Amino acid sequence: MAIASDRPRIYESSRVPSPIPTVLQVPEELRGSEDLLQVNFGPNHPSTHGVLRLIVDLHGENVVGLEAVIGYLHTGFEKNMEQKTWWKAITYPERIDYLSFQNNELVFVLAIEKLLGLEVPEKATWMRTCLCELNRIHSHLVWLGTAALELGAISMFWYCFRERDSVLDLYEMVCGARMHTRYFQAGGLAEDIPRGFFPEARKFVDWMPKAVDDYERLVDQNEIWLERTKGLGLLSAEDAIALGQSGPVLRGSGVDWDLRRAQPYLAYEQLDFRVPTYPNGDVWDRYKVHMDEMRESTRIVAQCLDRLEGMEGQPWIADDRKVVLPPREELHTSMESLIHHFKIVTEGYRVPEGEVYVALESARGELGCYVVSDGGPKPWRVKFRAPSFVALEATATCMTDALVADLIAIVGSLDTVMGEVDR
Amino acid sequence: MARGNPIDSVKGFGVTFKQIFKKPITQQYPEYKRPVYPRFRGRHRLHVHENGLEKCVGCSLCAAACPADCIRVVAAENTADNRVSAGERYARIYEINMSRCIFCGYCELACPFDAITLGNEYEISEYSRDDLIYTKDMLLAEPIKKVPVADRDLYDTPIPYYQEHS
Repeated sequence: MAIASDRPRIYESSRVPSPIPTVLQVPEELRGSEDLLQVNFGPNHPSTHGVLRLIVDLHGENVVGLEAVIGYLHTGFEKNMEQKTWWKAITYPERIDYLSFQNNELVFVLAIEKLLGLEVPEKATWMRTCLCELNRIHSHLVWLGTAALELGAISMFWYCFRERDSVLDLYEMVCGARMHTRYFQAGGLAEDIPRGFFPEARKFVDWMPKAVDDYERLVDQNEIWLERTKGLGLLSAEDAIALGQSGPVLRGSGVDWDLRRAQPYLAYEQLDFRVPTYPNGDVWDRYKVHMDEMRESTRIVAQCLDRLEGMEGQPWIADDRKVVLPPREELHTSMESLIHHFKIVTEGYRVPEGEVYVALESARGELGCYVVSDGGPKPWRVKFRAPSFVALEATATCMTDALVADLIAIVGSLDTVMGEVDR
Repeated sequence: MARGNPIDSVKGFGVTFKQIFKKPITQQYPEYKRPVYPRFRGRHRLHVHENGLEKCVGCSLCAAACPADCIRVVAAENTADNRVSAGERYARIYEINMSRCIFCGYCELACPFDAITLGNEYEISEYSRDDLIYTKDMLLAEPIKKVPVADRDLYDTPIPYYQEHS
């Protein structure tokens, strides 16, 4: 993890190594003052990215105190997954972070595969990479659209959702569902890639860079946008690391760290892509990181398509009858396949005893999945390291000297998804 | 703290202005229904053999596979004067609670007899939750609202048997 040495110092009094508060305390001299106004921001405020409640202490227009209250969207995913067989539990993670659903699904499937020691066919690996990058684009588009909408740029929202819809169309075509796909199964993919995917995906890949250029033309020189993003919500590299930030928030603070490159998983080792970093750690830089990542992801998708097009007819799922459902045509002819089918569906496959932590770079940063297996058909414990939750911890640090109007820009720029924060 | 200048700010409108010359991408739903892709998982259907017997034999594998526990199957024996399914037993009660269903399609993967499939119909909203509990008769009947489906050859290869009749 390298911090650019020529990086300008962001603000004095960096709090490292003392513990960084995740709550902004009202300064001593203002406590009990009659000028203080306590405001509930949320839990259903339209610009809170879900049901986030922020208790904000205002002194005039200045934010002097801030406390985040979370838990409104707690659904107990992790506990629920312990009640389901491994096979069924795959449908849960994608609902945790509903914007980067495919990455969430992948991290759990990778954890199962690591415990099983299962080899995944090459085609499945490349298709997973392709879908995960499409998913990153999808997530960033939603972020850009909503963050811009909160700052008053409503047309951005329409343009972003136009491209988002074409990503979702690709998902619908391949996986059968627009968002919660359950397309990744332990051992590979649930179904083969349809032929029609390639021309449609090519169309999208050709269009997407132009669309990103359009977004930049729309707001990059806009005075309102510049005023409301530049120099706001500062987070120094040291603070970002101390707070455990990852993903666009960390890279927007000038730290060159990306799990896709640092600990390559899937096919990322064989791919050519750049990790964008910006040095200033303000809202603007986080926005720029998102924009550049969308361009890079489009390039990755194009490279994946090049490889996948030559793989027609190859297997898409591992041939392991103890884990993978047998081919459907065999159910009517082979008794053994039928028995395996019944065993896997009713009892589920057994995963060897052990514990494993798998981390990958989701759209929001390091998404980790810690799984403990007791050797049975159900996970004994599942725990997710949610990047949104960690990003939310940086809210108080970013909010130093912020006005109440900046609050919305800053909370938006941290790109938190409340489903993932509360789980 | 002025960083941009007002003239630059107006440049962004060029992007908006360009849209005048483009065809709108919006679709006038519900007058126009975009064809769904053939793999799209919508409302469930139960199937019957050509001779009129039900394919479902009441084995409850779908209920076992359901992550949302929304399927309820109660099986009964076929008798000589009451033959409902092709197997030994049949589903006396077959209910799907659509308000719980997550449309993952595990039930159609699990069914060894291709009796249940997820069709392409997505307009399944109701005014009351009770109406969302689909009984066997509702699942066996032809869906009232038909949805156009995109080219199967292109977007679903190879055609899985269990989607052929949905």
